[in-house]
Amino acid sequence: MDDYGTESDSDYTSYWRDWFISSRGNEYFCEIDEEYLTDRFNLTGLNTEVQYYQYALDLVTDVFDLDCDDEMRETIEKSARHLYGLVHARYIVTTRGLAKMLEKYKKADFGKCPRVMCNSHPLLPMGLSDIPNLKPVKLHCARCEDTYNPKSSRHASIDGAYFGTSFHNILFQVYPALIPAKSAERYVPRVYGFKVHAAAALVRWQNGVRDDMRRRLRKMEVESGFKDGDDDLDEDDDDPEDEEELLQQLAVAEYRGGGAAAVAAITAAATTGGEVQMGSVA
Amino acid sequence: MSTSSGTPESWISSFCSLLGHEYFAEVSEEFIEDDFNLTGLQNQVAMYKEALEMILDVEPEDDEDDEEEEEEDEEDVSGDARDGMGGRERRHHSRVASDLSVIESSAEMLYGLIHQRFICSRAGIQQMSEKYELGHFGVCPRTNCNQTRTLPVGLSDIPGEDTVKLFCPSCLDVYVPPNSRFQTVDGAFFGRTFGALFLLTFPDYDLSRSGAETAANLGRSADEHGMVNGMYARNIAPGLGRGKIYEPKIYGFRVSEVARSGPRMQWLREKPDDVSLLDEARNFAEEHGADSDDDDESMMNSGRPTARRRPAVNPALRQRQGQNGSPMRVDANGAESEL
Repeated sequence: MDDYGTESDSDYTSYWRDWFISSRGNEYFCEIDEEYLTDRFNLTGLNTEVQYYQYALDLVTDVFDLDCDDEMRETIEKSARHLYGLVHARYIVTTRGLAKMLEKYKKADFGKCPRVMCNSHPLLPMGLSDIPNLKPVKLHCARCEDTYNPKSSRHASIDGAYFGTSFHNILFQVYPALIPAKSAERYVPRVYGFKVHAAAALVRWQNGVRDDMRRRLRKMEVESGFKDGDDDLDEDDDDPEDEEELLQQLAVAEYRGGGAAAVAAITAAATTGGEVQMGSVA
Repeated sequence: MSTSSGTPESWISSFCSLLGHEYFAEVSEEFIEDDFNLTGLQNQVAMYKEALEMILDVEPEDDEDDEEEEEEDEEDVSGDARDGMGGRERRHHSRVASDLSVIESSAEMLYGLIHQRFICSRAGIQQMSEKYELGHFGVCPRTNCNQTRTLPVGLSDIPGEDTVKLFCPSCLDVYVPPNSRFQTVDGAFFGRTFGALFLLTFPDYDLSRSGAETAANLGRSADEHGMVNGMYARNIAPGLGRGKIYEPKIYGFRVSEVARSGPRMQWLREKPDDVSLLDEARNFAEEHGADSDDDDESMMNSGRPTARRRPAVNPALRQRQGQNGSPMRVDANGAESEL
């Protein structure tokens, strides 16, 4: 706010919105057009949501000229930011807003997906609720279709309602060409090269769910969006996996019972890279 | 040198206190001194002997004065000290500064590879569990995992292939550490095994960590201590399943699966409402009659009732199978008594 006080006096950044989107922590926001802000229709209902609505709007549109004390000014300032956020949620689902956010998405301004298998796919900001002051902003990865917490705490405190629950989905409705290819690639927990039974059983079950979905989509002749062909629908490669798991259970049992000898034998084999064969233990 | 601070600190503890090395456990000297634990590492690390000496803070072998060794040890913990005082060693081994930096990097590589083995040993995994409890490895970035603590893992056991990743036991997925300083840490120093082995070793951890939600889950997933596939049912991917999957919505309406932009990846976060569905062996046995013990075993072998048998292996399995339907139960109990 101090920044604002000094900067608003200078000729360079006389626009409140310029200052707002360029200040630290507000990297997720795009600039709302003057025309959009001045059209009262776009602000329907916000006057009940925002304190000192008129002053806040004046501040956002750079026509604020009320002479007031610092405390009052700070309150209005806060309201202005709240108002900007709420209008922002509406603006980014308009054609111009989508285009602006798309630019930021392409530059990965919202960060990259932390999931290893997503290969740093750019994220999109989203809210878990459209009602303000409920949930902070989350980040959505279009590749794994999951939501993540922002890395930095200065972003974790932004209200999710300033982006809304619909924006990121609308973006891909409007730009379907940008939907990333889906991948069945995933992490499988292993012990000395062998899958862990509990996790592997879940993976098998999930793969079943996925294949059911892909069959369903194929029947309806809808593109599933998976990059790795349809060939793996008929999974017959499950059998060796089961065998592997059994061996893993034995390997762990062996490790617990047999002590260091088994561990070293297995470790040595595992470090050399190949799949562990039981022969190296027995 | 990492020990340039000059404090009398071992190479190992100074290595572990370096920025970005927060995930490392301090490998005990006994573990390193046991040659058996180092089997095969000679061929993987250049200047193996010198690197090992550096890790253990041992003077390069000196034929003449054994009595002085202890005293020298203390002096030698600091690199500066070595430069200043160690003229004698220099003479013996004709070591130059460039050699030192080579040895330093070899020592880091060697320590990493030993570390990979150490954290899978009893002492090591215990030490890592203490670090886990203190939250040294960070939390899962996924919203629905509710800040579940993660474990450092590698995606490969071979050094130089990939950096360290974080494995979330709640969604069984791996993530890139949030801080870029970990992007210089080799994943092989933790290895592929540690993450999964940790969960098998400490089955009692409450992974979901938020009591209320666990209680809500218990209703539909067996009883509190129900075991499925060798793990507590409540600990099988607690962050997955109904209510923990993101559902895309536009103005409150769910996006249809048929839409081009519809959900396609929900299977990745799916889990059956009743995890006992995943107990394939027991389900198969129930389906095919209780007396078909043999079928049960062949199911374990290959997933097909017609598979060949393994006589040498089956008795042990059958025994465990008979106890509680879970072959891992024995191991779990062993770990409990350790705790």
